Amino acid sequence: MSSSLGNQVGQLARRSIVRTLRQPAQIVPAIVFPLFLLAVNTGGLKDATSLPGFPTDSYLTFILAVPFIQGALFSVMNSGTDLARDIETGFLNRLALTPLRGAALLSGLLAGATVLGVVQAVAYLAVGLIAGAEMAAGAGGALVLVLLSVTITVAFGTIGLFAALRFGSGEAVQGLFPVFFVFLFLSAMTLPLDLLTTDWFHAIASVNPVTYLLEAIRSLLIEGWNLGDLALGFGIALAIGAVGMTAASSALKSRLVRT
Amino acid sequence: MTTETQRSGGIEVEALVREFKNGPRAVDGIDLEVAQGEIYGFLGPNGAGKSTTVLMLTTLLPPTAGTARVGGFDVVEQGPQVRASIGAALQEAALDPLLTGREHMRLQTALHGLGKAERETRGNELLERVGLDYAADRKVGGYSGGMKRRLDLALALAHRPRILFLDEPTTGLDIQSRTALWEEVARLAAEDGVTVFLTTQYLEEADALANRVGIIDHGHLVAEGTPAELKAEIGRPTVEAVPREEGDRERMTAVLGRFGQGAGSSPRGVAVRLDGGESQLAEVVRALDSEGIAIERLQLHAPSLDDVFLAKTGRSLEGAGEEEPADAEPETAAPA
Repeated sequence: MSSSLGNQVGQLARRSIVRTLRQPAQIVPAIVFPLFLLAVNTGGLKDATSLPGFPTDSYLTFILAVPFIQGALFSVMNSGTDLARDIETGFLNRLALTPLRGAALLSGLLAGATVLGVVQAVAYLAVGLIAGAEMAAGAGGALVLVLLSVTITVAFGTIGLFAALRFGSGEAVQGLFPVFFVFLFLSAMTLPLDLLTTDWFHAIASVNPVTYLLEAIRSLLIEGWNLGDLALGFGIALAIGAVGMTAASSALKSRLVRT
Repeated sequence: MTTETQRSGGIEVEALVREFKNGPRAVDGIDLEVAQGEIYGFLGPNGAGKSTTVLMLTTLLPPTAGTARVGGFDVVEQGPQVRASIGAALQEAALDPLLTGREHMRLQTALHGLGKAERETRGNELLERVGLDYAADRKVGGYSGGMKRRLDLALALAHRPRILFLDEPTTGLDIQSRTALWEEVARLAAEDGVTVFLTTQYLEEADALANRVGIIDHGHLVAEGTPAELKAEIGRPTVEAVPREEGDRERMTAVLGRFGQGAGSSPRGVAVRLDGGESQLAEVVRALDSEGIAIERLQLHAPSLDDVFLAKTGRSLEGAGEEEPADAEPETAAPA
């Protein structure tokens, strides 16, 4: 008896989704915390739109890109801590005793992150639009935005999986959260890249991939269809996902030492 | 040493070794054979090497040296075939507190490749068999320790394995839950012909359940046989006396010391293993009487597996593992 790869992915995806939906503590902060920061930033920095060269007169529209990245950061923690718990409790050993393939385990575990990514993206976008943000790319742009957001969430989720497999502890995974926030703060989070006049900050933000993820989201909100920005955003997200998945697969081989 | 019986559902282990980085040999060259349908009790204190042995036999940890065949398959070369032949309930019931019992069964049966219709049937059958059908749709986080262990057993049986590994399955359970699990394990071996490799640190568990017992200490197999054989090998009963006057305890120790080596006793008593067997009991009473020591209670204990352990290792099994580290991380695993 051997289960197909598709069936294995499906079973683990189902488990991952069920687990996510049964943990309000994973869903609620991932939605509420970024929206809270959205409100704070919009209120505190709205005058930035008067700077020459600021791309929009709605700071809410500009800053609305940030919750999508912050939400994706929660995905690192959620997917990582779920897997770390499986390692700590021995559940991974239980799975290892079945004919489970490693690829199925990792893909299945990301299903929960995907569902959470969709819920988060829809929530941020709905709240933003209700509060008065613009959506220059229209309804189609909204769909692409959700897709991009989910791609980023899943990509960041692979890093959570890698950390869990490498370190085997939920605490270690949670320790990554502030590190990722530093990446966000050192990006073009609050101002466009061109308006960051401090040299060292501009230099760091220019090479920080998070800047280009933000710009891809902003292009849909502010400009409409900027295929160059979108391609760069999707490309970076997919590259992060590929690197994360490769690293996680390698760590899984060390963690699952079954013969 | 391979026989047809063992090839179909037994376990053969030869000179099996497992070393950990910067640590002692957790398993140091053990040899053992378990026949199909046999319940083999692997007895030893914490850190003796029981769980490391189970991890190697279930393919979750590669041996450093030696060979092991489980169900006729080599644990190093034929891992997938070994895993298809075995079920395992490892230390601590590894369950997901957010899933229900039924969801666990669905996942386990599906990953083992059972068809959709069979999954439901098999899952329901096993949940009923371990007495969890009434709680099948409750999240496992709300289960008691005994319920978790029973679900663990049901999950291990999902794909009808011929060999079952149970790593300390009753640790932490109350006596009722423990007895219920013993009955189920005994039934599996007797009625379904399942080979059971059971690790335990409970003497009564090995005594009550196992057809044969292997005693492991510091990674070495120090004794092996049926419980009766092992006890007969020791052969000497223990006499325990409690003096009526507390002040006579020292003199009583001296008198009893003439009849054999000291043994574990109650706090007020004195116990020795009688060198000359039961026939010395009358002599013991006469010696105490002639010394004027009044006896409050006198008991003769038949040899137990603890006596066997004491005889083989020089220590009592109770608390013997406290000075030992728990089985360490394998050197091939990622640093935790």
